[in-house]
Amino acid sequence: MSTATEHPTYNYKVVRQFAIMTVIWGIVGMTVGVLIAAQLVWPALNFDTAWLTYGRLRPLHTNAVIFAFGGCALFATSYYVVQRTSQRRLISDGLAAFTFWGWQVVILAAAITLPLGLTSSKEYAELEWPIDLLITVVWVAYAIVFLGTVKMRKTSHIYVGNWFYMAFIITVAVLHIVNSMAIPVTMWKSYSIYPGTVDAMVQWWYGHNAVGFFLTAGFLGMMYYFVPKQAERPIYSYRLSIVHFWALIATYMWAGGHHLHYTALPDWTQSVAMVMSLILLAPSWGGMINGMMTLSGAWHKLRTDPVLRFLVVSLSFYGMSTFEGPMMSIKTVNALSHYTDWTIGHVHAGALGWVAMISIGAVYHMIPRLFGKAQMYSVGLINTHFWLATVGTVLYICAMWVNGILQGLMWRAVNEDGTLTYSFVEALEASHPGYFVRWLGGMFFLTGMVLMAFNTWQTVRKGSTAPEAKASAQAA
Amino acid sequence: MSAFWSAWVTVITLAVILGCTWLLLATRKSQPHQEVTEETLGHEFDGIAEYDNPLPKWWFQMFIGTVVFGLVYLVLYPGLGNFQGLLGWTSHNQWEEEIQHAEEVYKPVFAKYASLPAEELLKPENASGLKMGQRMFANNCSVCHGSAATGAHGFPNLTDNDWLYGGDPKTIKATITNGRVGGMPPWGAVLGEEGVRDVANYVLSLSGTASDAEAAERGKGQFQALCTACHGADAKGLPILGAPNLTDNTWLYGGSFENVAHTIRNGRAGVMPAHKDLLSDDKINLITAYVYSLSNK
Repeated sequence: MSTATEHPTYNYKVVRQFAIMTVIWGIVGMTVGVLIAAQLVWPALNFDTAWLTYGRLRPLHTNAVIFAFGGCALFATSYYVVQRTSQRRLISDGLAAFTFWGWQVVILAAAITLPLGLTSSKEYAELEWPIDLLITVVWVAYAIVFLGTVKMRKTSHIYVGNWFYMAFIITVAVLHIVNSMAIPVTMWKSYSIYPGTVDAMVQWWYGHNAVGFFLTAGFLGMMYYFVPKQAERPIYSYRLSIVHFWALIATYMWAGGHHLHYTALPDWTQSVAMVMSLILLAPSWGGMINGMMTLSGAWHKLRTDPVLRFLVVSLSFYGMSTFEGPMMSIKTVNALSHYTDWTIGHVHAGALGWVAMISIGAVYHMIPRLFGKAQMYSVGLINTHFWLATVGTVLYICAMWVNGILQGLMWRAVNEDGTLTYSFVEALEASHPGYFVRWLGGMFFLTGMVLMAFNTWQTVRKGSTAPEAKASAQAA
Repeated sequence: MSAFWSAWVTVITLAVILGCTWLLLATRKSQPHQEVTEETLGHEFDGIAEYDNPLPKWWFQMFIGTVVFGLVYLVLYPGLGNFQGLLGWTSHNQWEEEIQHAEEVYKPVFAKYASLPAEELLKPENASGLKMGQRMFANNCSVCHGSAATGAHGFPNLTDNDWLYGGDPKTIKATITNGRVGGMPPWGAVLGEEGVRDVANYVLSLSGTASDAEAAERGKGQFQALCTACHGADAKGLPILGAPNLTDNTWLYGGSFENVAHTIRNGRAGVMPAHKDLLSDDKINLITAYVYSLSNK
């Protein structure tokens, strides 16, 4: 990059790197997702090749979209937000660069080992122990850079967005270390130190908090900066931020047991998980309200600003999926929904609707500012991307609702003699149309990401430079 | 769980719920504005200000509602350490109740056919019993034998009247009830690779499949020395051991030269699981009749 776009105060280089990789890993991760969705419609698409089979590629998809796409988005935005809201450069350019290159090595290692079938078999924590160690080192460096920058801030208070980023960074460190505790037996095989049901509980304590802290708290940090910034409105309520922040991080910690309803997990653990999941509804919605209400007085901007539209629609999907989650944690609902495609739909309402959409909005906001351009190369393309992403998400989650409820009802249907009315394969056959619609939704979403890559590329290459952007950045 | 852990669980569970509630109430009590305001907190972050708006009323009520529900639930159901809850509910007794309910509802349905032998169940007036047998087969047996019962590699076809252990109702019932373990020992080390191929040629020649006549001749002697104990001098098998007939063209593990050679070289282990602890005798009776019907239409 030319030095003309170098910000005099802030380290934008690492933000630019992470922002570009967000787009690239988004396309990679979602392409794998679309491929495995297609394999469920047309099973021949694994070409009888071990590393192309669903079982190998599914963890690659989840790791790529959560940790590569989502992770890079969180790194990029957190470094951008912490500098601008603390009015201070990152405390160490070297450590920041290390987090970038370290994280890319982790992603590459995942992209090689998972298709080879090397896995610890823990969902969302499949990577084997040498990669786990590297993650730990990179994450500690990240914590030092971020927390250090907050500590050395030039503002009197810590901005609410940074509370969420800090909670996310600290908690993910704890979750990763505790859940990945394992005894290595060879270079690429280790066994968890926890026995049986305890292992399952630790795994879902990790798994649900990966959702709660990586995919919720981190992205709420993002929301608290980019929504008011893009809308040019104050945050609706500081008091609401305080209550929902503390209540969110306190109750999320307890909710993981709802992934293990009706299992060998003790009854009391299941009850507590369900109660905490229900209490989580209001703290979750606090963030949605604060984001949505920030737009009061600025709703008209939605007509002309597709970036703001991304941010606001992401909040709607956030509100919807954080309502759905507590409902699914109720044991009687869970008895129907558990192990069905409903769960997959719920996750993607959050993953596509909330996490991806808010990241996309944030990246569209940052790219022109990071590269010293007046605006994105094409606002029309952002708008097309918005509709592709929204329609894609709706197709995806509707297909999975229908499939999930269908499967749940077919699995529990019994004849007058008590035998099951349907065999498993019959439920699978009935799910086939839904799998097609899900694949189609994924195609929509992926197509939007390709447009984004093109738009970003054109902006970086030749978008008009903005003298006023530089001036305002200097004033900040 | 020990008294300490029980107290620990109780205390931290309640501390989190009540702590959140306290924060909610304290924040609400101290808010200077009860209505929507334009007043901010006075500081800005990169141009972002924050309004001092009150907590939305409906949101506050929803929060309190979930807390009240949660606390009531923890009084009624197990959750706070060793406290069992006022309803006395456990997942185990829920399961027992459901089982008992199923017994009461479904037992008479099966009892009607319990005393009928398979031959009787094949008669048109008992069609609904046979249908139940088919459904239970789909639920319990089709995973290995296929939903059409035509079998798969290593899992016998049940429709062809070719039986490893025998196809009369009594034997079928015994197979389902107690299971079967079929073991073909590996002969690779004894025969050597050449010997394996010779015997494979001989075995194939028994069912008239084209094979290397010279090698088959060499294999014949080894077959008679090693294999006839189980497969019989005429190679027609021994149902009491489940040793298959090698002179027909039905193959459990495939009848190609390589498949047969693999079987001789490495052996095979086939397991039919016992179902006596999984299914009642009444149910096994109906499944027996269904399996029997497949080759005795």
